[in-house]
Formats: sequence, C-alpha cells, structure tokens
Amino acid sequence: MNSLTLKKKPAHIIPGFHLSLGYTMLYVSLLVLLPLAMIFIHTMTLSWSEFTSIVSNPRAVASYKLSFGTALAAGLLNVLFGTIIAWVLVRYHFPFKRIIDGLVDLPFALPTAVAGIALTSLYAPNGWIGRIFDFKIAFTPLGIIIALTFIGLPFVVRTVQPVLQNISAEIEEASASLGATRLQTFIKVIFPELLPAILTGFSLAFARALGEYGSVVFIAGNMPMKTEITPLIIMTKLEQYDYAGATSIAVVMLVTSFVLLFTINLIQWLANRRFVH
Amino acid sequence: MSIQIQNVSKRFGSFQALKDVSIDIQSGELIALLGPSGSGKTSLLRVIAGLEASDGGDILFDGQTITNRHPKERNVGFVFQHYALFRHMTVFNNVAYGLKVRPRKTRPSKEKIKDKVMELLQLVKLENFAERYPTQLSGGQRQRVALARALAVEPKVLLLDEPFGALDAKVRKELRRWLRKLHDEFHITSIFVTHDQEEALDVADRIVVMNNGQIEQIGSPDEVYTHPKSPFVYDFLGNVNLFKGRLHNGHLTHGEFTIAVPDSYAHTQEDAVGYVRPHNIQIEKTAVSGTVPAKVSHIHLLGPIVQIELRRKDVDEYLEAELSKEQYHTLQLKVGDEVFVKPKELKVFIPEDFSI
Repeated sequence: MNSLTLKKKPAHIIPGFHLSLGYTMLYVSLLVLLPLAMIFIHTMTLSWSEFTSIVSNPRAVASYKLSFGTALAAGLLNVLFGTIIAWVLVRYHFPFKRIIDGLVDLPFALPTAVAGIALTSLYAPNGWIGRIFDFKIAFTPLGIIIALTFIGLPFVVRTVQPVLQNISAEIEEASASLGATRLQTFIKVIFPELLPAILTGFSLAFARALGEYGSVVFIAGNMPMKTEITPLIIMTKLEQYDYAGATSIAVVMLVTSFVLLFTINLIQWLANRRFVH
Repeated sequence: MSIQIQNVSKRFGSFQALKDVSIDIQSGELIALLGPSGSGKTSLLRVIAGLEASDGGDILFDGQTITNRHPKERNVGFVFQHYALFRHMTVFNNVAYGLKVRPRKTRPSKEKIKDKVMELLQLVKLENFAERYPTQLSGGQRQRVALARALAVEPKVLLLDEPFGALDAKVRKELRRWLRKLHDEFHITSIFVTHDQEEALDVADRIVVMNNGQIEQIGSPDEVYTHPKSPFVYDFLGNVNLFKGRLHNGHLTHGEFTIAVPDSYAHTQEDAVGYVRPHNIQIEKTAVSGTVPAKVSHIHLLGPIVQIELRRKDVDEYLEAELSKEQYHTLQLKVGDEVFVKPKELKVFIPEDFSI
C-alpha cells in the first residue's frame, strides 16, 4: 500500500487534467480523425494502378494546379489586404468604425452559395464591375481568386488585429527616438511582431480556400482543364456514385494540404521560438 | 548640451499636465524630475524627447529651438520604464538598431557597428549575452540593454523615464549608482524621472520637484531636503510631523509646546504649521524645559533605524520619531513607557501662502 502511494505522481495544480485530455482525445478522434480515416479506407478498395490512373488523370491534375494556385493567390491577397484592414481598424478612429469592423465577419456568416451568386452577377461580362473591364473576370481563374479572397477575408484580419492592438506604443517610440523613419519602424519592428499572426491567418485562409466549393462553382464556369476546381471533380464523382474515385482525389488533396500546413506551422514555430523562454 | 525649457504647457483633454514650466539645464548635468504620479514629470520628459507635442512654450537645445522637430532629429536617447526592447531581436541587434537604421551615407560599416556594440555591451557588462533574446534576461539586464541601445546613437541628451521603477530594491540601488558612475565618465546631459525621493537624492546633481504640472522647487539634493520651499516639498521628501498651531511673539504654540521660530516670522500673528522630520524629535526620559509628555505606542525596528510612534498627552495627537539603534538602546524604550519629547528643528509654513 505504502509503496503504491509513494509511486503516485504529484497531482497537477490545475484540476481536471485527465478529464479534459480524455475529452480532447475523444473529440479529435471522433470528429476529425475517424472521418478522415474513412477517406483512406474507401480509397483502399482500389488497386494501386487504378488509384494512380484516377489521380494522375490530366483533368484532375489541371484541377490540382488550379485549386492550389488560386488558394495560394487568395491567401496572399488576404495577407496584404487583411493586414491593411487590421491596421486601419486598430490604429485610426473614424465614423462607422464598428460597423466596418462587424462587416469583416460577414463572409463567415453568409451561405457560400449566396456569395457565389452575388459575386458572379457583379463580375460577369454584363455585371456592374465585369462591364468596366475589357477582359473576362467571372468564369476565369481570376474570378475564382476573387471568390476565394472574399470568403477568406476575416482570417487574417481577426488574427492580426489583437496582436497589433497589443504592440505597445513604446516600442515604436523607442524606434523613432533611435532615429528610424516610420517605414523602417514598420518593417523592422512592427512587421516581425505581426509575422506569426499573419502566418496563422494565411494558413487558415489558404486552408479554407482549398476546400471551398459553394461560392466558387458559380463564378468559375467549371470548364474542364481550365476552370474546374478539385472539390468540383470530387462532387462530380460523388454524383456518379464513384465513391472510391472521389476519395482518391480527396486523398491527394488531404496529403498535400497536410504537408503545406505542416510546413507553415513549422515556419511559425521557428519564428515564435525566440519570443518564448 | 544645455537644455532650456521655456514656459511649456501641455493639456490632455481637460487635464492640465504641465502649466508654464521653465527649467534651465546646464550641459553635463544629471537632473531628477521628482514628483508623485500625475505631477507631469513624465509628460515633461516626453515633450523634451519630442514624443509628445507641447501646447505652448519652447524647448531649446544649446540655444536652438527644437520644439517642432521630430524625435529622430533631436539626437536624444530615451530609456523607458518597461524597457521597450525589440523582443524579436537579439541583444546585439537591439543595441545595433540605432546605427543600422541610419541613412546609407552616415551609416557606419558592419565592422564598426560590431565594435561599437561590443564596446557598449562591455560597458553594461553584458558582453556574454549578445546572442540572447530580451525574454531570456532579467529585468536589470534588460534595462542595461535599453541603456546601451540608447547610448549607441551617441545622444547629446539622455532621458530616462522611471528607469529603475520596475526593478527590485537591491538591483535598483546598484543600477542607479552605476548610472551615476557612467554619467561621471561621459558627461551626457541626463534627465531622469522618478517618484522615489531616495533615488533622486542619491543620484542627481539637481532635483526638480514637481506637483500638479508645476515646479515646486529646483535645487541640489541638500537644498531641497534641508530647505524645502513649500510644505509639499517638505512632505514629499520624507516623513513629517505636523504642528498646526498659532504664531505669537516669535513662537509657535501648539498644545503645551512653545517653540521659537525663525526671525522672519517674529512679528506675525496668525495660524501656522510647523514641520518636523521624525529624526528631529528629541526623546527624554525625564522632563526638560520645552518638552511635553507622551506615551510610546509602537516601536518598529527597521534595521539600523528605530521608528517610534508616540501619543502626546497634551493634545492627544500622534508623533513619529526616528532614533538610531544606539540611542534606542541607551534610552531603553518599551511600548507603554512615558517619555518627554520636543522638536529639535522645525520649519514653519503659513497656510495662506500654500494650499496643501
């Protein structure tokens, strides 16, 4: 008895460790890992040669390029404009600031199909904005990028905003008193502080854009080899009851996304490491 | 560089932070701005640095008006209370920052920057910490990095905003002595803000005592301590006993006390307040002329000094006295003892002259 009590590990200061860890594990397993595992299990019903021929089909390959390319472009655009919006919302005071602050979240709340229809009618060749340009925007990759930028807007804004709010004015004052210009202060002092948040925002916006379906199918035009995104190919296969085909394309997306997000997290970890003890 | 501050005022909304403040600072002086929080001392420092624009008045460096110049053109080193280090940069890069951001024409070469930074890190005794990040340093070390960073740009004026306020007592004392030594070596005109009278008395050449956005007194530490010009200064620079009495025939009467006061008040007849520091309260075991009876109500042993709380029998007011350990032992005081007290030295202020 005595030896048993001696062996017992000291209790954690914060209670509920085992309970909350168990809950977290269950939650992650049931809601994330299990469904993802089903994708792999479904794909296993195919032979290796069947799998490779499906995933290396030229139409599928074109869709990977389009999906990853447009998601990347949208993520980068959101980094640029999201950071600017966060900056303006934190640093300046102007009328209706709170309303604009609230509007940022709207792309989250809107059903994506509604966003898709609205954007298509604006950017179609006869739409209000599409009319101004003498090249096509809707039904081209450019249109897809616009839709993906729209739905990814809140991510960068909402990750950068609190970090920017917490940067003390003293740091900027110190930089100015040491002789730095405003631009130098931004590039050398503020931006490095924001970088981890920007990376988080970017990876969230990028991941969201990769999986986006609803808003894109309207504005994309869905021409095979040109404006057909990967989620659409998966949908098409599902509609034809080709579950194994759909999941094998999904496997490619999943693995690629995982590698990309893992890399981004790694960069972020490296960038963050120096801030912590 | 000499600094003239002429009639500077500053207002934040309805709060008047500075009212018509003027100070002349000689080149190479170490000045302490001393005052309670909200007295305007930090605002004044920030106006000098250019981090805050004044509403009126002028700041002159060596006779030249710099009131409207951007902080980066003032050649001022500023040290913040909470260090304001760049936490994503190593100690080396923090110190090198001011040199690296110079325009290409005046920027020193990489080797020169390196030499300069290492020299400064040696000065602040952190040469082995060059590759560390600020979060890996203690508070005292961080503030030394901040000082080295400010000194790297070879400022003509060094401004320090409660530089040791966030440090513990021992480190604070060490650092302020070190700052004094540094100042004696380099003679940079320096101004530091503090609310700690001991710090100001210990380090500064001259002390500017501020209250409510105005200057109460400017003088050497000895001057402001022994000859305070106002009740506020007297009160702020140390503990004090008040004797609110009446002036009559050159004497201040209060309860059974009749104390001779300086000649200047010989012919006035009005209410007055006598100020006495605790160490100027004399305690006797037997009645001597001019003493009143009192009872020892508390004894605090604070290392070499013994603080004694007394209750006067004539007016039922409390007095605070300070004795050295030796005096305490010769008197052999105990709580409840009856003793006789009298002030050795007293400073009189007439309430109408000052609003307390």
